[in-house]
Amino acid sequence: MASMREIKRRKSSIQSTKQITNAMKLVATAKLQKAKANAEETRPYFKRTMDTIGSIIHKSRGITHPYLTERTVKNKGYVVITSNRGLAGGYNMNLCKLIMRKESDKEQSKIIAVGKNGRDILKKNGYAIIKEYHDMVNHPSYRSAEILGKALLKMYEVEELDEIYIAYTSFKSTISHEPQLIRVLPVDVEQFEAVESEKHLMTFEPNEEEVLGHIIPRYINSLIIGALREAVASEHGARMTAMDSATKNASEIIDRLTLEYNRARQASITQEITEIVGGAEALK
Amino acid sequence: MSDNQYQLQVITPERIFYEDDVTMVTFKTSEGEIGVKKNHIALTTPLVSGLMTIKYNGSEKKAALHEGFAEITPEQVTILADAAEWANEIDVERASEAKARAEALLEKDSPDIDTIRAKAALLRALTRLEVSHYQGEK
Repeated sequence: MASMREIKRRKSSIQSTKQITNAMKLVATAKLQKAKANAEETRPYFKRTMDTIGSIIHKSRGITHPYLTERTVKNKGYVVITSNRGLAGGYNMNLCKLIMRKESDKEQSKIIAVGKNGRDILKKNGYAIIKEYHDMVNHPSYRSAEILGKALLKMYEVEELDEIYIAYTSFKSTISHEPQLIRVLPVDVEQFEAVESEKHLMTFEPNEEEVLGHIIPRYINSLIIGALREAVASEHGARMTAMDSATKNASEIIDRLTLEYNRARQASITQEITEIVGGAEALK
Repeated sequence: MSDNQYQLQVITPERIFYEDDVTMVTFKTSEGEIGVKKNHIALTTPLVSGLMTIKYNGSEKKAALHEGFAEITPEQVTILADAAEWANEIDVERASEAKARAEALLEKDSPDIDTIRAKAALLRALTRLEVSHYQGEK
C-alpha cells in the first residue's frame, strides 16, 4: 500500500486539477449562453434571404446564373469550422471524421481552415490547407463572414474550386451537437422548392439576374455567419460537457483516495499500537 | 390600426432592427430613391447605402441603411440590410475618419487598390454623416 504522504500528495494534485476543470466549465457555461443568443439572432435574416431567393427561382424558372450552374468537379473546397483551443471533448475530431469519411480523395479536396484544431488534424491526415481564417471563431461577426464569403466567390469564379462545402457542428441543444456538411456553391436550387406559391406577381428591379447576383453573395454570407455562430455555440457546449465529466471524474478519484488514505492511516496506527504493546510485553 | 398602414420589417444579420406598422418608408435602391406606401406593387430590389425615413402616426424616424435588398409586397415590406443604424447610434468622429481614409485612397488612384470597395466605404461614411444630422430628433 502506498504511504500516507504519497496519497496525500496525489489527492491535493487532483484537487487542483478539479478546481481548474470546474472553473473552465463555468466559463464555458457563461460563454455558451451568449453564443446561443447570438446564433438565434441570425436566424430571421437567414430565413428571409432563403425565402427571397426561393421566390425568385420559383418565379423565373430556368434562370441561369454562374452561381447556380453545376460544372465538372475537379477541385472541391471544404470550409472547416472548428475551435482554436482544445479541451472540448470530441468536438473537433467528430467534424474532421465527417470530412474524412465523405472525402477519401485527398488529391482533389482543398481545405479552408477556420479554427486551428481542425487544421492540425486534417493536415496530419494529408489534406491540403489552402487558406486559414482562425480569428473568426473568436469573434464571429458579419464583417468576417463577408470577407470569407468574398474569398469563396472569387475562388469559385476563377475556377480554382468547382464545388464548395461548409462543414460545421450544428447546435441542437446544450448536450447534443451534430457535425454537418452543406453545399455552398453552386447554390443547390432544389432546397428552395418548398416556398409557398406566390400570391403576388413579383417584379424585379433592374432585372432577375442582377437581383440574384446581388442576393446570392448575401445568402452565402448569412450561411457562413449562421454556421460560424452555431459552431461556436457547439464548441462551448462541448467544452462544458467535457469539463463537467472531467470534474466528476476528479471527484470520484478524490473519494477513492480519501478512502485509501484513511485505510493507510488506520493501518499505521494499528501498527504503532502493536509495536508499543509488543515493546511493553518485552520489558516485563 | 388605420387603413393606410402596413408592416415594415428591417432585418440585419446582427438583429431585428425594426418591426412595426408604418404609413410610409423611403430608402435608396440601386435605381434611385423610392418611397413605399400601402398597396405598392410587389417588387424586389437591391439597396445602396443611404438614408431611410420611416413615417408612422405623424412622426418620423431616420436611420442609415448599408446595402442589402428590399422585398415589397402590397401589405408588407421587408428590408434585409447588411447593417443599419439609428441616427443617434452613429459615431460622427469615426465616420469622418472613414470618409477621409476612403477619399485619400481614391485620390491615389493606383491600380492595386480596390476602387469599388473604397467607393462603397466612402458612400457608407457619407451616409452616416448625412444621417447623423438628425441626431437629437426623436
